[in-house]
Amino acid sequence: MAATADTLERENKLEGIGCKRKRKEDGRFIQGKGSYVDDVKLPGMLFADFVRSPHAHARIKSIRKERALALPGVHAVLTADDLKPLNLHWMPTLAGDTQAVLADEKVAFQMQEVAMVVADDRYIAADATELVEVEYEELPAIVDPHKAMDADAPVIREDIAGKAEAGQGKREHPNHIFSWEVGDKDGTDRAFEAAEVTVAQEMVNQRVHPCPLETCGCVASFDKARGELTVYITSQAPHVVRTVVSMLSGVPESKVRIISPDIGGGFGNKVGVYPGYVVAIVASIVLGRPVKWIEDRTENLSTTAFARDYHMVGELAADKDGRIKAMRVNVLADHGAFNAHAQPTKWPAGFFSVCTGSYDIPYAHARVNGVYTNKAPGGVAYRCSFRVTEAVYVIERMIDVLAQKLGMDPAEIRLRNFVKKEQFPYQSALDWEYDSGDYETALRKVMEAVDYPALRKEQAEKRSRGELMGIGLCTFTEIVGAGPSKACDILGVGMFDSAEIRVHPTGSVIARMGTITQGQGHQTTYAQIIASELGIPSEEIQIEEGDTSTAPYGLGTYGSRSTPVGGAATAVAARKIRDKARKIAAHLLEVSENDLDWEVDRFKVKGVPGQEKTMKEVAWAAYNNVPEGMEMGLEAVDYYDPPNFTYPFGAYLCVVDIDKHTGETKVRRFYALDDCGTRINPMIIEGQIHGGLNEAFAVAMGQQLVFDEAGNILGNTLMDYFLPTFVETPHWELDHTVTPSPHHPIGAKGVAESPHVGGIPCFSNAVNDAFAHLGVTHVDMPHSAYNVWKTVHRLGLDKPSAA
Amino acid sequence: MKKTHITFTLNGQPVEVLVEPRELLVHVLREQLGQTGSHIGCETSHCGACTVDLDGRSLKACTLLAVQADGSDLLTVEGLAPGGELHAVQEGFVQEHGLQCGYCTPGMLIRAYRLLQENPNPTEAEIREGMSGNLCRCTGYQNIIKAVQYAAKKLAEGEVEAA
Repeated sequence: MAATADTLERENKLEGIGCKRKRKEDGRFIQGKGSYVDDVKLPGMLFADFVRSPHAHARIKSIRKERALALPGVHAVLTADDLKPLNLHWMPTLAGDTQAVLADEKVAFQMQEVAMVVADDRYIAADATELVEVEYEELPAIVDPHKAMDADAPVIREDIAGKAEAGQGKREHPNHIFSWEVGDKDGTDRAFEAAEVTVAQEMVNQRVHPCPLETCGCVASFDKARGELTVYITSQAPHVVRTVVSMLSGVPESKVRIISPDIGGGFGNKVGVYPGYVVAIVASIVLGRPVKWIEDRTENLSTTAFARDYHMVGELAADKDGRIKAMRVNVLADHGAFNAHAQPTKWPAGFFSVCTGSYDIPYAHARVNGVYTNKAPGGVAYRCSFRVTEAVYVIERMIDVLAQKLGMDPAEIRLRNFVKKEQFPYQSALDWEYDSGDYETALRKVMEAVDYPALRKEQAEKRSRGELMGIGLCTFTEIVGAGPSKACDILGVGMFDSAEIRVHPTGSVIARMGTITQGQGHQTTYAQIIASELGIPSEEIQIEEGDTSTAPYGLGTYGSRSTPVGGAATAVAARKIRDKARKIAAHLLEVSENDLDWEVDRFKVKGVPGQEKTMKEVAWAAYNNVPEGMEMGLEAVDYYDPPNFTYPFGAYLCVVDIDKHTGETKVRRFYALDDCGTRINPMIIEGQIHGGLNEAFAVAMGQQLVFDEAGNILGNTLMDYFLPTFVETPHWELDHTVTPSPHHPIGAKGVAESPHVGGIPCFSNAVNDAFAHLGVTHVDMPHSAYNVWKTVHRLGLDKPSAA
Repeated sequence: MKKTHITFTLNGQPVEVLVEPRELLVHVLREQLGQTGSHIGCETSHCGACTVDLDGRSLKACTLLAVQADGSDLLTVEGLAPGGELHAVQEGFVQEHGLQCGYCTPGMLIRAYRLLQENPNPTEAEIREGMSGNLCRCTGYQNIIKAVQYAAKKLAEGEVEAA
């Protein structure tokens, strides 16, 4: 059908897929009228605050509450002993382990929750936490995961000391959680033995925290008369929270209402269920009043959801021409004191096995051992799909290490090893089926845009003058959109997602999804999908999420799953509506369905100009004039179980200049080409990429949760924990290619996490490249000025005599 | 704790409140006066989500005692569009996609509002420096810079028209 001026105009009016539509969310936020959890104020509401452990590992000898309870305005002080009769002093984690809600006889990490005080306001609650007297007997702490499985290591988890497994397979030591391996070990070993060249490198993905600007919190409100529990909560997965809360509290799921209102950023921090939520709910049930618990920044950085802490050894085997024959990775994963990482249940190391990356590697083997240490629990996916950042980091660093050993250019070695366009769908050695990609085109486009040879020439000249300039590349493949229910579940619930769309008689639409936006702009973009599918303008489509009493059950927003799964559900539900609308239109026009063409916003009788019914006319008819035997109304629900994951990819390039006297690293240029398949709203995509790159910059260049030998967390305020400001944040240059996903209804793949996943190794490769000519193969992140200076100093480059 | 009576002008309206001497301004604004636009992100003056405009200066309400605001003229995000017509900085943030989760946005807007009075025609470097007390985790800052530039241009055009 040829596009006419008329159809184009109608299409533009829809503001559908591909439109840089301004965001629907912005109006309330720019006027200070957002509604975040801490903005919720209910009549009679009390405030909760935690008494936390000053020690990383200690036995609790006694807890005395009397002085706290005597303070006017204090309503309750809850400890594990108070929760025991309710069997709520421990809770299940998403990883099959259990976690102390309040410390039960001992504490296993600093800042662990020991008691909760509930009081009239936050000041009194804070005062009262100082009055709770806890006597501890200190125990030796394990901070270094490499020492966790020593024969004489203190046992961190006495509660499961004798158990042969802790929810994720066989254990070999009381501090061991699981051992997970994948791939052809023998084939990989043989390939290594036969290889002309091999490289091995230790590297650490340091412990970091997602640190959204809004911390975690909740307002729990139990209505005793009705037996109903309402919880406003900072959650990326409200429906899963409702299931967990119901299971824990015994309140039927139908009487639990979880509301995720506006969320001030999540980045993986807000997937889990934390002790604060559980105790606030118990306090509300016990006291019969609403209870608000909001963590402060120090509590946030110290306790809820760290990410990474992967200690890896990567190995590659190749021939002299740089063709990779095999990959081997061994990981020691520090999970902290409880195994509370948020991965699909069957995946103790998430999708780490996507670590063969964008390269056609015939043999691979990966092994991950998880251990307990005296640190906070977590291991969440910080702006990435499950453990994909770690996977991409190891392959993207290793391929540079290999290039260096062979004296080959990092771009050339990538081009030699890429999975080729015609190989898709591509089966990786570690058993993933990549849906689509065109890696070579992406990298060549970037190289051309930045004039790569000129950059290398400039670098060579600078090196000859003793200056430090690094060029980092990263050609990553992500795996997102968890996921097919045959492979992925959380607590037994398959990882589908959902959309429920209703078209009203006047043609406006309300749609509700099982996902929840935290800044991604769902209210804007889901409406665009529906607009294109139904021919109804985006402006007339209302999107709602986050209230379990109104939205269909869904698994939530993390791992870039909203567009791949929720977006697919939205398109499919809209198509169900269009199918019904076609029948109604045929009835109204007195023709067969097959005689109709769909054109932008209307059904037209083939070959009969003027014989047509718009979707709006059909919507009206759906409520008064439908074919005989058809039910009235125009709505549909879809629970979408994706047939596969989606595999967004990209090619990034970073140029850094390093001051060899201060170690200060200036990012001169960052060029990011992303391919996320079909682009729903380019403006929002670019915003997501800017943000993801900045979070990658943060991790690569400064973020780290540091502990001393006694397990004291050092640097748990924003004074020490690096969040880049306007000043150090680089300027971002963006580009894209479009390789749609063949299995997604609209071909979209998800995008918001790619820049984080791909950005981190790109920065790190750039810094390492600055020293590559001096024989340095790898320096760990974070590449803060001090850390870079240490390298400079070790190499003697900062001496005044050095050229 | 004994309370102190304070008065100030909030977004053009006189207000009177009883506060504890230790009470933070951001808590009084949010919890007593129902102005929840100013947010709390760090409690240590680093993130700027609580930024308010006090007597013509950008200040962080999370580390100001409410009693310090006694007698002052205070502007928060809720007061940026008094007649209902959006201020140029608000419009700029929408037009240039300068916000995502929205949590830092009120502080960003209030800071941008003051910055453009201190320096009506800032360069990109001056915007980066002038806004550096406000952190954002979502946007990577680039579109916020564009939003401030948009507002600067719009305000300048308004000046020309008014002249």
